[in-house]
Amino acid sequence: MRVIRKLAGAILLVVVIAAIGASWFAPTDYAAQFREAPNASPSRQHWLGTDEIGRDRFSRTLYGTRVSLLLAPAAALLSTLIAALIGGVAGCLGGIWERLAMGVTDLFLSLPWLFLLITVRALLPLNVSPFASALVTFLMLGLLGWAASARILCAGARALRRSDLVVQARALGVHGVRLFAVHVLPNLRPILLAQFLISIPVFILSEANLGILGLGVAEPMPSWGSLLKELEGLTSLSDQPWKLVPLVLLMVVVTSFQMVLSPEEVTA
Amino acid sequence: MLSRIIRHLLAIVAMVIFGGLACASLVRFASGFDTDEQQLDLRLSAESLQALHESHRSEKNLSQFYITYLKRALHGDLGVSHSLNQPVASLLRGRFPDTLRLMTMGLALGWAIGLGLAFSTALPRFSAYSFLGVALSGVLLCIPAAVLALLSVVVNAPAYLAVALIVFPKVFTYSRNLLAKAFSSPHIITARAKGLGTLRILLWHVLPVVAPSLLALAGVSVSIALGAAIPIEALCGLAGVGNLAWQAALGRDLPLLVNITVVVTLVTLLANSGADVLSHAMRGKQA
Repeated sequence: MRVIRKLAGAILLVVVIAAIGASWFAPTDYAAQFREAPNASPSRQHWLGTDEIGRDRFSRTLYGTRVSLLLAPAAALLSTLIAALIGGVAGCLGGIWERLAMGVTDLFLSLPWLFLLITVRALLPLNVSPFASALVTFLMLGLLGWAASARILCAGARALRRSDLVVQARALGVHGVRLFAVHVLPNLRPILLAQFLISIPVFILSEANLGILGLGVAEPMPSWGSLLKELEGLTSLSDQPWKLVPLVLLMVVVTSFQMVLSPEEVTA
Repeated sequence: MLSRIIRHLLAIVAMVIFGGLACASLVRFASGFDTDEQQLDLRLSAESLQALHESHRSEKNLSQFYITYLKRALHGDLGVSHSLNQPVASLLRGRFPDTLRLMTMGLALGWAIGLGLAFSTALPRFSAYSFLGVALSGVLLCIPAAVLALLSVVVNAPAYLAVALIVFPKVFTYSRNLLAKAFSSPHIITARAKGLGTLRILLWHVLPVVAPSLLALAGVSVSIALGAAIPIEALCGLAGVGNLAWQAALGRDLPLLVNITVVVTLVTLLANSGADVLSHAMRGKQA
């Protein structure tokens, strides 16, 4: 199991390095169009061929990986912080505050995730610059994706509230923000880390779903969602199999994230 | 039991009122709320434009807007869709049966495959299935729902198969863990040592233990299938609620979109509450 985790970690590292270094590794810019070669098959010039307007698919895959792999962890960090604040504080305070926070959490959890995402996305402007659309998409994921983590963190904080450590701290006169920041939050770190790592593949897949539906990152900026949108033009799986490369890469990355987590962390 | 049902119903009513108010405020504060397409008509005189403007004035007051919205909703008037120019209630009535059919078939198939494989992997004689089940569910968990919908179109597979493939990994993973835990419990080991047959153990000793948890999962799987309906219906060209939600999102048809969200939330809550009440009743009987 440890070997598999190391292998998954190594794969993630390679993909992250390739994504961060997209500007150096990619043969062309993601928006550069080779009008003489639209829909080209893989060649020495274009390793994964070109799309219907002649853009190099390999370069777009690298840049798209960068967008998804940098912004999904940022969104996961934001959602974990919100979850820590809402779930952690509610669990720490208990009583009516806990019930109120969990009521709001239940409301969020009762909405099917994709319905919630497209409803909120529709409220935001759709015709914005590609950079703004990427920010809006991942910011929305971060701001809406905290509910499940908050529930787990609330349970963790509740258990800590009754622990000897916190009871003793209270007896010594530690209260409020100091109790939460110094005694509760550091002890929630393993749960926070697990929730952060679990959220990343969820947000990557959500962005892909939104991108395919045309509600994600705007063109010409690539993301895994917009790259997978190309599958709409497929007539059979054997027809232009290189179009499946972004899907394979996405599956490898999501699987690696799941492998990096130990079963204990997943169930934490 | 009755108190539990009443508590669930009260929670559902509270959630729907709160959710409805939240949705109404989203519509109220969205940009372009108080504008009307008719105001762009160059043939309208200044007086007509003023009259149109006045007709929206009552909606600007937030509390008045909430009350009107709730009153109308209670009478079954969910407003009019901007993009389709039809009453939202009739649109939902027309589209919901298609989504229900898709979900029912997808859920039935997903549960059949998931539970079938989970039972096979849990039984010692069929441990060879374990790898197949784990690998298949692992792969499917890594594919976005929209890609499964696209692939079902490419290979000419029915749309409910995509729903089934989305539901299957969750059902399989959860029920496999439940069954593995149940099979390793002391009373099952004793039953096996006493020479009871595998099928008898499964039917008489394992299923009653795991059934309440599986019922809870059934409630959750309704929400999963509903969520999957958006990309599947949109990309497979099916005229259901999911497709309607997608069209509403692209057209920024907020009255339609928020009402769909409220209805979908209601369905999800009813499914989860129903599953919870049933599993509670089952646990009570066992106790």
